Formats: sequence, C-alpha cells, structure tokens
Amino acid sequence: MSRVYPFSAIVGQDQLKRALMIAAVDPSIGGVMVFGDRGTGKSTAVRALADLLPPIKTLRGCAFHCDPKRPPTCTSDCARRAPGVSPELETAPMPVVDMPLGATEDRVVGALDIEHALIRGEKRFEPGLLARANRGFLYIDEINLLDDNLVDLLLDVAASGENVVEREGLSLRHPARFVLIGSGNPEEGELRPQLLDRFGLSVDVRTPTDLAERVEVVKRRIAFDQDPSAFLELWAKPQARLRRQIVSAAKRLQTVAIPDRVLEAAARLCIAVGSDGLRGELTLMRVARATAAIEGAGQVTLTHLRAIAPMALGHRLRRDPLDEGGSAVRIERAMAEVFGP
Amino acid sequence: MTTKTEPPSRIADARLAAALFCIDPGGLGGVSLRAGHGPLRDQWIAAVRAMLPKGAPVVRLPFNISDDRLEGGIDLAASLAEGRLCRQASVLESLAGGVGLLPMAERLETGLAARLAAVMDHAASRSGTRPAFGLVALDEGLSPEEQPPTTLLDRLALRVDLTGDFERTDAITPFPRAEIAAAYGRLPDVAEPEDALVTAVCEVALAFGVASLRSVIFTLKVARVHAALAGRSAVGREDIAAAARLVLAPRATQAPAAPDTEDVPPPDDPQKDDSPSDAQPSESEHDGPRDEPENLSREEIAEILVAALRALLPELDAPVSHRRPARARSAEGGGSGGGAPTLSLRRGRPIAARAGTLSGGARLDLVATLRAAAPWQKLRAAPDGEARLALRKDDMRLRRFVRRAELTTVFVVDASGSTAFQRLAEAKGAVEQLLARAYVSRARVALIAFHHKGAGVLLPPTRSLTRAKRMLADLPGGGGTPLSLAMDAALSLALAERAKQRTPMLVFLTDGRANIDGRGEAGRGQAEADALTAARKVGASGVRSLFIDTSLRVRPDADRFAKAMGGAYAFLPLLESRAVAELVTREGGRALGG
Repeated sequence: MSRVYPFSAIVGQDQLKRALMIAAVDPSIGGVMVFGDRGTGKSTAVRALADLLPPIKTLRGCAFHCDPKRPPTCTSDCARRAPGVSPELETAPMPVVDMPLGATEDRVVGALDIEHALIRGEKRFEPGLLARANRGFLYIDEINLLDDNLVDLLLDVAASGENVVEREGLSLRHPARFVLIGSGNPEEGELRPQLLDRFGLSVDVRTPTDLAERVEVVKRRIAFDQDPSAFLELWAKPQARLRRQIVSAAKRLQTVAIPDRVLEAAARLCIAVGSDGLRGELTLMRVARATAAIEGAGQVTLTHLRAIAPMALGHRLRRDPLDEGGSAVRIERAMAEVFGP
Repeated sequence: MTTKTEPPSRIADARLAAALFCIDPGGLGGVSLRAGHGPLRDQWIAAVRAMLPKGAPVVRLPFNISDDRLEGGIDLAASLAEGRLCRQASVLESLAGGVGLLPMAERLETGLAARLAAVMDHAASRSGTRPAFGLVALDEGLSPEEQPPTTLLDRLALRVDLTGDFERTDAITPFPRAEIAAAYGRLPDVAEPEDALVTAVCEVALAFGVASLRSVIFTLKVARVHAALAGRSAVGREDIAAAARLVLAPRATQAPAAPDTEDVPPPDDPQKDDSPSDAQPSESEHDGPRDEPENLSREEIAEILVAALRALLPELDAPVSHRRPARARSAEGGGSGGGAPTLSLRRGRPIAARAGTLSGGARLDLVATLRAAAPWQKLRAAPDGEARLALRKDDMRLRRFVRRAELTTVFVVDASGSTAFQRLAEAKGAVEQLLARAYVSRARVALIAFHHKGAGVLLPPTRSLTRAKRMLADLPGGGGTPLSLAMDAALSLALAERAKQRTPMLVFLTDGRANIDGRGEAGRGQAEADALTAARKVGASGVRSLFIDTSLRVRPDADRFAKAMGGAYAFLPLLESRAVAELVTREGGRALGG
C-alpha cells in the first residue's frame, strides 16, 4: 500500500508541477532542473510523481525494464530468450530512482556481482541505478555537489541512451534512457554548464513566503501524517484526473499541430535571447507541444509558447558571470519584443 | 518581578528536549546535540537511554558507515569464511523503534547525510510498514562554520546546546520511564493543532526568518508532545512556549522590527514568572491533568511565541551582520573534497591496491586479492580435496583512488581606517574574479573582514558566485585594526576547511598596522605582540599564507608577520583586484603542488 503524499495535493509550486508533467508526457524533452532552497518540497514532488504516473509494461525478470514492443537491446536474460518463445510480460510501477549524492560509480553503473563471483565462481553483472532508472526518472538531489567523475558519466549516458560497462572483466551494454531530474541550490555550488545544458527545462522553486499558502502546506501535511489513508482517499479523485490527463496527453502528443507562425515566433524568441544552438528551439517547440497536449488543445498557440518560454530557455542563455540582471529579465525583454507587450 | 521574561535554564531545556524526544523519537526525527565530549553530554545520552522503553535499541552509528551496513548487504568476510552466502542486516533495521547516535556529526559527509535523510523520509512516509527511529547528531563543532549537514539538521526537530560554561552542580537527570511511556500513550489523544495555532506558528516563523516549513511542522509536533507530557488534551500556553524555545529559537535568522519591547513587558509576563515549572511539566502533572483547553486566539499564540523567542534571542534584537542564518551557512562540499592529493578508498583515479579489511565502503580489488591468495593455495587445500579457492582475510586487497585536491582561499581583509572602502571593494572584486575563473576548477573562496574590535566571517567558504555577490553586497568598514583577532579567526576557518579535507590558503590584505590587541583593547605595542604570536600560530599550523601589503611604503612590520606565518609576502600599494587575483592564483597553484 503506497503512502506517498499525493502529487495533486501539493500546494502551489505550479511551475515545478507543470515541468514534471511536461517531462512525463514527453520524455524526449531532456529532464528538469530544479533550483531552490531546501525544504521547499522538491523531493516530495518528485517522489509523488512516481505514484502519479501509470505503470509500465515490461518483460518479466528484466533488470532493465525492457520495453516488450521494442527489439531486445540489453544483454541480460531477456535478450538471450530462446527464439520463438513469447516473453512473459509484467506490469511494474514507473521507475523513479533516487540517486544519493555519495553514490559510488559502481552503484550507479553497476558492477561485478561479488556474491556470484566469490561463492559460485560465476561472472555476473549486478545492475546499478542507471539500469533501474531505464524508461523512468532518475532523481539527483543536490546535483550541483555531485562528484565530477559521476557528472561525466551521466553526461555520456544521457547523450547515448545506453550504459556501457567495461570493468572488472565485465563487458556489456544496456539501455539507460531516463528523464533526469536534478535539484540543487545554486548558492552552494554552481552546475557544470555542460550538464545544465542537457536539461530541457529549469524551474526556480522558492519557499512560499505567502502566509496563507504556508498555512495550507502545513495543514495538509499534518492531515496526511495523521491519517494517510483518509488523506489519500480524499485526494483520490484529483489524482486520478491528473493521471488521465497525462496519459491522454502522451497519446495525443504526436497529433498536436504546430502552426508555422508559432515556429517562427519560437525562432525569433531564441534569436532575441541569444540562446546557443538549435537545441533551445527544439526544446521550446517540444515543451509547447506537450503543454498544448496536457491542456487538450489541438494545436500549439502563442499563449502556450509564452507560458513555457522562461522554463525552456532560462538556463540556456550565454552566461555572463558578472551580469547582475538574471536570465528572467532577459527573457521577459525578448518576449515583449517578439510577442508585443 | 522582573521586567524581562527569564527562560528556563539551558540545563532544564536540555533535559526537557531529551524527554520530548524519547516520547516520540520517530515523529520528531531527532536531536542535534551540540556539545564537546564531557560529563554533561554523557549524562544527556544516559538520560535518553533511561527514558526510552526497556529494550529499545540505542545504536552508535559508525562515522564511516558503509552503504552495505547502512542498507544491508553481503557480509563478505563471513561469506568467505563460511563458504556460503552470509548477509548482514542494515543498521537502520536494527534501529527500529530506537535511537541512532551519530558521533562527530559536524564532519558527516553530505552524501551520507543525504542517504540518512532519504531513509528518514521513507520511514516517515511509510510509518505503517516500518517502525520509525530517531537520530541524535552529536555535533562537536567548535566554530560556527562546523556543523552537521543542513540536509540532516532540517530533519531533526530539536536542538540542544551544551557548549560553554555550566555550574559544577548542573546535571541532567532522566524523567521516570513510566512517565515517558504514559505520555506516549496519551499522545494520540492530544488534539491536532487548530487553525489558529497553525497560522500563528507560520506567521511567527516567517517573521523570525525560519524558511523551512519542516520547522513549522516540527514546532507543532513538539508542542503536542509537550502537551502529552504535561497531561493536557490540547496544546496550551506552556507547550507553545516550549516548542518555540526548542525548535524555532535555534533556527531564527532574524528578528522582526521590535515594537517597543523595552518599555512594555510582554502581556503574558505573569505566566512566565512562576516558571521553573515551565521546563518541567512533570511537576504540574502531579496536580492531576489540567484539562481545560485554553482556546487561545491566533494573536495570543503569536504573542507567546514571540515572547519565548525574544527571551532567548537577545542578540537578535539589534540587526547583526555577523550572525549568519544556520541555513545559509550550509555545510557544503558534497561527496567531493580532498586536501592536497587525498587518498580515497572509493572515488577518483585508481592507484595501487593495498592490503586491508573491507569496511567503510572500500572496494575489493579482485585480481590483486586472487594474486595474493594464489601462492598459498597448496598449503590451504582442504583435506577433503574439495577444489575450492581458499581466500583468507589477509589476502584481501583494497582499491585505492586518488582525488583531486581542492583549494579554499580565505581572504582576510583589513576593513579598518579610511582606506577600508577601497580595500574591501578590491578584495570583493578579486573574490568575484576568482570565482568566475574557478568555475571549472571548483575552488572555494571565503572572506573574513576585520575592523573595530573584531573579525567576522562575511562569506563562508563557497563556490558560488551568486552567493558571494549577495553576501558581500554591503561591507562594514572603519575603526581600529585587530590584526591578531583576524589571524585567529582565519586560522580557525582554515583548520575547519582542512578537517573537511580541503587545502586552505590565507590571503591577508592589510597594511599590517595592528593597533587592537587580542582582547579587543586599543594599544599598539600589545597589539603588535599579539599579532606576532597569532602569526606564529598560523606558521606552526602549516597553513599556507600570502600577505599582501597595502601600505604606501615598504615597512618591516608586514614582512615580519609574513615571515612568522611562514608565508609569501607581496607589496601592492596600488591595490587592484585583477592583480590580487593573479597573485592568489599563482600562490594557490603552489599550495596545491606542495
């Protein structure tokens, strides 16, 4: 029985919730980076997401949650299936894997299964966190404090979508496609620009300073702690509605049309803010499309574009470490230029 | 009658905190106990043992606990000896319903803290399936910069501070175990907080700069537990005051504009005056449970909270620049870090393996282990002729890695006299340039300013340009030159950095004309003697230093200080941030190299 605080009951934090939903609808967007202080409910939101999302179908016994609809890509047992035998399927919850800050490379990549090696003399691979996160989400709290060698590794895996293990006499590869969710407080250390660039979206999360909102957060939390079952019951309907919304948005995603004038506006916006490369434009369009799908619209409009531009472009501006103005201001200015006031 | 409300003694509050914690260890998360090793701390821990239910585990978690032990895994040594698979249970499983003690919590790795926090969150969110546990973080930090990782602190409801002086007669005695058990039994019957209470706590927390909402929830929980201890069926006046003292006060980072507190005593004054009982609800309990819900209004509750906080936080009445929010102070550093090339058993570039036992997260080097075992196989062959590899503990070879060293540059800036403004501005410029440049090399920069009668850390070691800019936005200046105090402060910060496995380097920006001595008194002769002593201490510690002389003419004094510190000296009368940054970068390279 799951007793995770329901996603739909999270007070405020609209940007964060929206960003997570967009990433769930279109995983190709490339992850969400959450900037903010501690105790703002970042972790709560991410953990709640796992509970909100529909389960996935996988091959039974596959450590990598391989997708039955795709040709086998991993080297585990599921790929070595006897030809002609139809695989057994099972339903697994959407993987949302927490990667602890002090994780060793072995735990992330996977390593030789020492138990098997020493006791049975067999060489076997013990899958790591990357394997567990395949087809799901990988959540790294305080990603800005992550060891450099792990950052390099993540960059490589995120780019290639597969994890290549060459160590301790093991040689194998397995799929590792996941939505990366990072969080951190920029005051405690900045993020490597290369890593920041991988994220499709970035949101700023602040501790609410509005009294009414704070009171509501505390009240709901107390109600949840007091009687989780009753609280979940109370929120079951909104939770189900939100789940349906995400599922149907993911289904309709490819049918949402993007009119030329929206494409053009996106391009002009990217030029106006001076974001590097085409990646910004691509993400901008994908995010706008996912937003339209979530809202049930048949095509992307300028309103969609405008709503999501700050989170899709905010972290892509060319950095000037001594620029006092912040990226939000620059994007506002560019939007006013492109869309009119 | 006093005009100012006297809070209960620290000893009484420490005792009270222990009792509240023992009533509901899982619900309150834990206690951060800041104290050196000593009788009081031992008494406090003994009191916790005496108050927890009989048989409840109190486990000391090893400082360098491995993932296997933390989360359960294979016991390799036992497996090898037995020739079959032996598992070891997770330490946290053995904690269920009890308490874990975390020694040297101020040196806890952020990574481990994050994992502990995740387990605590998990235990709290699934309290139905796994009995929760409480943690006691034994914080032995000396300087304000040394404290347990904030990730962990945020999840421990109570703070107890047993540092400083106490009377010889002071002692912490446990409450009777039965009383604690009875209070636990009553806890579910204590009414959940009313809206007025929730709102008032939110309001006051916001006013005192307590940002984390977890702290608000803890305040409410502690108030309830306190009510249960006192035998009340709803949270009352004393419960609110106690929660404010134990939860909110240590977290306060600012004081709201005080409405003439000096003239008018807080309205609930009479209540407070008769109160040693405030700290010892057990006494009031003997008159039988007082079961009159007090029906306090939101304003009344807010007043009680503010009065309790003000009584404890006199120094917050005036705006202070040196007191930093505990939150912002933040134990940084993550899993990374390592002084001039540091050996690590877990991460980094691999180097030759060595013999050792598998603990503290060390990784076995299989090939080297097998190689070590190979020559002995004939001798060790089993009498039954079974062809099994015979591995002994001595054969084990551990992998070692070397990690890149990390440098922390501590600027110690003279903010005295008329040139203070310029020196500070250029120092600030140098800090920003270094940080902008150090973006990839991951160096840290800190800034200590000294003037008037003291030295203060204006910018704790950070990598973040964002943070540096915010904290250095306005800098104080003027007054005398307490050089020796500055050197002491710099040394203590440098040693704290070294304890975190980083390489500190001190950069002094001053003309070296000390005129305030080590006790804060004016007088050139004593001031210079003290400064020289302090400089020798820096020299003896082996911390690298660079003395940038900003006076207009070369004077022997400054050079003498530099020599006493065993550091480099540079004469830079036309102080300019770019030149400072250059010098520091060059010197920093040497600090890491040598």
